[in-house]
Amino acid sequence: MLQDKDRVFTNLYGFEDWHLAGARARGDWDNTKALLDKGREWIIEEMKASGLRGRGGAGFSAGLKWSFMPKTVGERPHYLLINADEGEPGTCKDRDIMRFDPHKLIEGCLVAGYAINAHVAYIYIRGEFVQEAIHLQTAIDEAYEAGLLGDNACGTGWKMDVYVHRGAGAYVCGEETALIQSLEGKKGQPRLKPPFPAGAGLYGCPSTVNNVETIANAPTILRRGASWYTSLGRENNHGTKIFCISGHVNQPCNVEEEMGIPLRELIEKHAGGVRGGWDNLLAVIPGGASVPLLPAALCADARMDYDGLRELRSGLGSGAVIVMDRSTDLVAAIARLSRFFAHESCGQCTPCREGTPWISKMMARMVTGDAEPGEIDVLEDVTRRMEGRTICALADAAAWPVQGLIRHFRPELERRIAARKDAPSSSAAAQ
Amino acid sequence: MPKLTIDGIPVEAPEGATVLQAAELAGIEIPRFCYHERLSIAGNCRMCLVEVKPGPPKPAASCALPVCEGMEVFTNSEMARAARKGTIEFMLVNHPLDCPICDQGGECDLQDETVLYGEAASRFREDKHAFADKDLGPLINTRFTRCIHCTRCVRFCDEIAGVPALGMIGRGSSCEIMPWEEGVLQTELAGNLVDVCPVGSLTNRPFAFRARSWELTKTDSIDIMDAMGSSVRIDSRSNEVLRILPRLNDAVNEEWIGDRSRHFIDGLLERRLDTPWARVTRGAALRSVSWEKALEILRERVEALGDAPKVGVIAGDQTDLETLTAAKDLCAALGSPNMDCRQDGARLDASVRAGYLFNATIEGLDQADAILLIGSDPRKEAPVLNARIFRRVRNGQAAVARIGVPTDLTYPVTELGNTPGEALAALRAGTHPFAEVLRSAKHPVIIVGQGALRREDGAAVLNAARDLADALGVVREGWNGFSVLHTAAGRVGGLDLGFVPGKDGLDAGAMVQALGSGSLDVLILLGADEFDTSALANRSTRDALVVYIGSHGDAGAAVADIVLPGSAWTEKTATWVSMEGRVQRTLRAVSAPGAAVEDWVAVARVARALGHALPFSSVEDVRARMAAINPLLGTLWTLTPAPWGAPFGTEGAVSAEPFTPAVPNYYMTCPISRASRTMAACVEALSGTEDERTGTDG
Amino acid sequence: MIETNTAAAGTAPFAFTPENQAEARSILARYPKGREHSAALPLLDLAQRQQGYVDRSAMEAVAGLTGLAPIRILEVATFYTMFRHAPVGEHHFEVCTNISCWLRGSDEVLRALRDELGLDPGGKSDDGKFSVQECECLGACVNAPAVRVGDHYFEDLTYDNTVALIRKLRAGEKVVLGSQTGRVGSANAAGATALAGRAS
Ligand SMILES: Cc1cc2nc3c(=O)[nH]c(=O)nc-3n(C[C@H](O)[C@H](O)[C@H](O)COP(=O)(O)O)c2cc1C
Ligand code: SF4
Ligand code: FES
Repeated sequence: MLQDKDRVFTNLYGFEDWHLAGARARGDWDNTKALLDKGREWIIEEMKASGLRGRGGAGFSAGLKWSFMPKTVGERPHYLLINADEGEPGTCKDRDIMRFDPHKLIEGCLVAGYAINAHVAYIYIRGEFVQEAIHLQTAIDEAYEAGLLGDNACGTGWKMDVYVHRGAGAYVCGEETALIQSLEGKKGQPRLKPPFPAGAGLYGCPSTVNNVETIANAPTILRRGASWYTSLGRENNHGTKIFCISGHVNQPCNVEEEMGIPLRELIEKHAGGVRGGWDNLLAVIPGGASVPLLPAALCADARMDYDGLRELRSGLGSGAVIVMDRSTDLVAAIARLSRFFAHESCGQCTPCREGTPWISKMMARMVTGDAEPGEIDVLEDVTRRMEGRTICALADAAAWPVQGLIRHFRPELERRIAARKDAPSSSAAAQ
Repeated sequence: MPKLTIDGIPVEAPEGATVLQAAELAGIEIPRFCYHERLSIAGNCRMCLVEVKPGPPKPAASCALPVCEGMEVFTNSEMARAARKGTIEFMLVNHPLDCPICDQGGECDLQDETVLYGEAASRFREDKHAFADKDLGPLINTRFTRCIHCTRCVRFCDEIAGVPALGMIGRGSSCEIMPWEEGVLQTELAGNLVDVCPVGSLTNRPFAFRARSWELTKTDSIDIMDAMGSSVRIDSRSNEVLRILPRLNDAVNEEWIGDRSRHFIDGLLERRLDTPWARVTRGAALRSVSWEKALEILRERVEALGDAPKVGVIAGDQTDLETLTAAKDLCAALGSPNMDCRQDGARLDASVRAGYLFNATIEGLDQADAILLIGSDPRKEAPVLNARIFRRVRNGQAAVARIGVPTDLTYPVTELGNTPGEALAALRAGTHPFAEVLRSAKHPVIIVGQGALRREDGAAVLNAARDLADALGVVREGWNGFSVLHTAAGRVGGLDLGFVPGKDGLDAGAMVQALGSGSLDVLILLGADEFDTSALANRSTRDALVVYIGSHGDAGAAVADIVLPGSAWTEKTATWVSMEGRVQRTLRAVSAPGAAVEDWVAVARVARALGHALPFSSVEDVRARMAAINPLLGTLWTLTPAPWGAPFGTEGAVSAEPFTPAVPNYYMTCPISRASRTMAACVEALSGTEDERTGTDG
Repeated sequence: MIETNTAAAGTAPFAFTPENQAEARSILARYPKGREHSAALPLLDLAQRQQGYVDRSAMEAVAGLTGLAPIRILEVATFYTMFRHAPVGEHHFEVCTNISCWLRGSDEVLRALRDELGLDPGGKSDDGKFSVQECECLGACVNAPAVRVGDHYFEDLTYDNTVALIRKLRAGEKVVLGSQTGRVGSANAAGATALAGRAS
């Protein structure tokens, strides 16, 4: 189990003061100038060496992403965009960083902004997080006051401005190009790539989009060194991760743990175990609503990192662990997610706009078994026709949970259909 | 130029081209819905998916994917076909199966692609959802349940028409196309939306349920409802024009036409002159008569005027060259120098061709980087041309300034005021900064509108504009930016033919005066209705005669003594010169009603009745004569740059009198459009809207 | 739904109050010159805070300040779910029914609202005090079930504590924000398993 001394997010629970004084006492903003003085190259190389992968879901190397930004600033300014949209069902970690540890994120903005030659960072925070936005803004004001941000941030001579921009209710705005569109005052409809944000992002200028957790990790990694970070977790899956353990556990919680921790250990050590005991487990969605579920049988040995979950044909996603015990109507649970994706589709791509409500309606029928046996294959096929054919990954995200359900629980779907057919009341109910 | 292969065919495509465009070069058409050549790329329909190597193991949208060296593209592989099939299925799940009652039937992209990629049976068991239709004004019907959300219409409004009128509101499956304001689209280009929409969601309202596309006879022709000379196709059935569509012509109208050019057509059936009319004596009522009788009355009444009656001819805005040639020869035979093709009194100078052409050319506007408008409202006078200017301005490639009435042109304009003398002088003296903008531009353009020329000092304005052009280098090696924007399709042809007063001849205004005062005996109006005819109605007690030849019973016919039925332009194969100087020919799509004849024939009959038979036995003879008068008129379709050099206009003071709009009402500019109920409905829809308030009334 | 014509909407024209005009200026200042479009969302939010919802008139006001065409504002105002087009109750309950909340009893929260207020999702009480709506994941999943009322979250809800919350709101009494079980943040309620040494 990860020791407190190796935790990055030392005020994750808000046990202590979240203001500047408290943050400083925990080591934030400690000679940040020294980090910047080592230069952009060093920062980017150190980040690459740390192996930190994006914590927003896609798991792309943070250092590598920063290195894609043009080395010199041309006519167009560079922008750092912080993805604080946190909309993936099951995920509530960035919220805790922003309300209890905002200075970690803000310091991260300075470090990352400097590394990618950006003088301006926008933190795009989901609109519902009003209190979190207030904390962030307060912390930003404190940082300006203390000279940590502004024209001469931390005495480095680097000008750094950080702004909070509130969204207004749209999951898809967590997709990086939709976030950019939204920040430009438009509908949050993902853009075609190429061009990628590093080439043409906000206002057509080179931009880097990173998740809150990713950026908030940076100062600590740079202070303690890449080698410290790589000492945690395994090859290609280094460091720590905040897991959000929700659902049918005795004590739902957020916890920062070492990457690769076994799923069972995670649940039992931190969340008081599965409600009714491990054997009462039915399935776990290990990485937020977008990833396929794992049936209990696969959970015992699941390791909570990118590769570990990929091997099980699921994913680490945002680190949201949604636990479902045997009392769960699993079909209804996945149907609820299908409804979510239908609600959140931005509407531009045909397969997503038409496909998400279609599978949602089919899933709703699957809950009651109001379907033909052959429709399970239709359902599966429709998800295949959505997958990989759209501008952004929302359609994939809508497809995968359903595919996971069919893959692991097909007999349950068949049982419901058969049961409804057999039930004497079924024809009466249909009338 | 990256080299790649598409379906095994090696292709070399320009840098920055998309895979879809490269495929087109290789002769491979990739199906698409949202992609439209002239609109920005949306990439949302997902119909154009292809397999690309190297690349991720999923299909890519070819409309948005730039080509790169060594790429291998497969437009028909398993992956590509499967993707397309999937997209079609998704498109159809909520699309009504109402092809039999859909006006788009037979020319619907979705229908076509469904035939290729659709499944035999639908797997969709849920309820289809439907969307409410919206009122988009008199020209467009909506059936939004058929919408496939390609957003072409939204992009058309934003990017071509320059009016952000439509949006796609909501999100996900509740996305729908919505106007900000119902009942009207504030653009003269609305009709094009129907062509832009790939399905039957936006359809041609006046044409609704009138015919199936395959029943129509299609005639390629040239639009003469404004002076651009746009390429159009006339769709007719049973001798009735049912629809007009733009034809592709990159040099002129690209693939657009204005709403008047498309929707005037019901006016072809209204108020038609299908028989001659005559007043047996002065003051008598007009009576419907036979041709023989009409000509007889004409002869008698002219004879009554004396031995050598003084005759004059005023040509209207839509008079073709054949008619003008015949009329010119008639004047010659009568020894009359009184002829004019400028019924509005525009002080255009026929002596120097460069002085009345749109020398920059319409396509040339794509290079223009500084544009000065003098007494012109291109939005109302030539909306498709205005769209080209809009595109330049939108892309930040051109700056526009104007002397004239400040109206909304859809793009920002530097207003130089509407005190012409002062504004021209400020530019000439370089005291206004826009002078420098023009001078330092690579391709400066000065557009002189009819609003600047149809006034007392019009010739002085023309001269001052020329002087300005010279001073600011608007005409230079390889570039002539001096451009007159015409509103009358027959005007440039008339000037080319020299249909202007000869030595000591009377111009249009003088002829009207002279007829009233007794120094002119016979005035022939060739479809001329756009001037104040009250002077003719109230002419002196003398028995002077007005003869009207034209297609519609409009202002001119009302004051005439003899009315001879001519043909509308859809009813004749005739020659016109566009404002750029392009000699073009319309093709007859339907025949003229009743006893109506081609107008040059009517002129020839008048000539014979007056004892001066013209030596024309066929239209070919007329055309030969036309080419003899001006050899340029014998060269169809090509553009010949007009030499610059000789002075034109008249030196003189330009007054402070403000310019007035040449086209106060876009929808009604000629007898045909005035007879059109559709055009009347457009006027009605726009009345009381902001556009109207701040627009031409100002 | 949104009316397409201002006349049909028939409301008094919207205008930002003087304080909000000042606020609008400071919002606009967050974005580079010439990028005023970016202020569309925050300005719509400001208008909604002033008026309770955004109608066409408010959209026109925002269009004016941002330089966007009104139709673009209409697109935005109907894309994002936080913008409302009609007034809601003084206490507008948005109940998360997404997976984590559902697994831990969002149905109970809805039942409490129904029993106590007689309101189903979409409903509004006659006195205008309460309204209820279902919503998607609020991002408070380990403190599920959660609801959002205005600018605040209420978490770790049960049938009983939801009823208690409603009663307090109705009585105009002070309510505890956040967790209704006295939990601090998102730590294990039975005792933090990490950072325990820091718990006060
Ligand atoms: C539909 C969709 C929703 C997303 N939502 C979020 C989100 O809420 N927060 C986030 O950080 N990343 C989200 N992402 C991932 C982002 O696109 C992007 O990969 C991420 O912000 C990059 O940051 P990182 O590299 O630091 O993880 C989402 C992606 C998709 C396709
Ligand atoms: S996949 Fe869905 S959410 Fe993503 S861009 Fe396409 S329509 Fe929008
Ligand atoms: S044509 Fe390429 S996505 Fe529509």
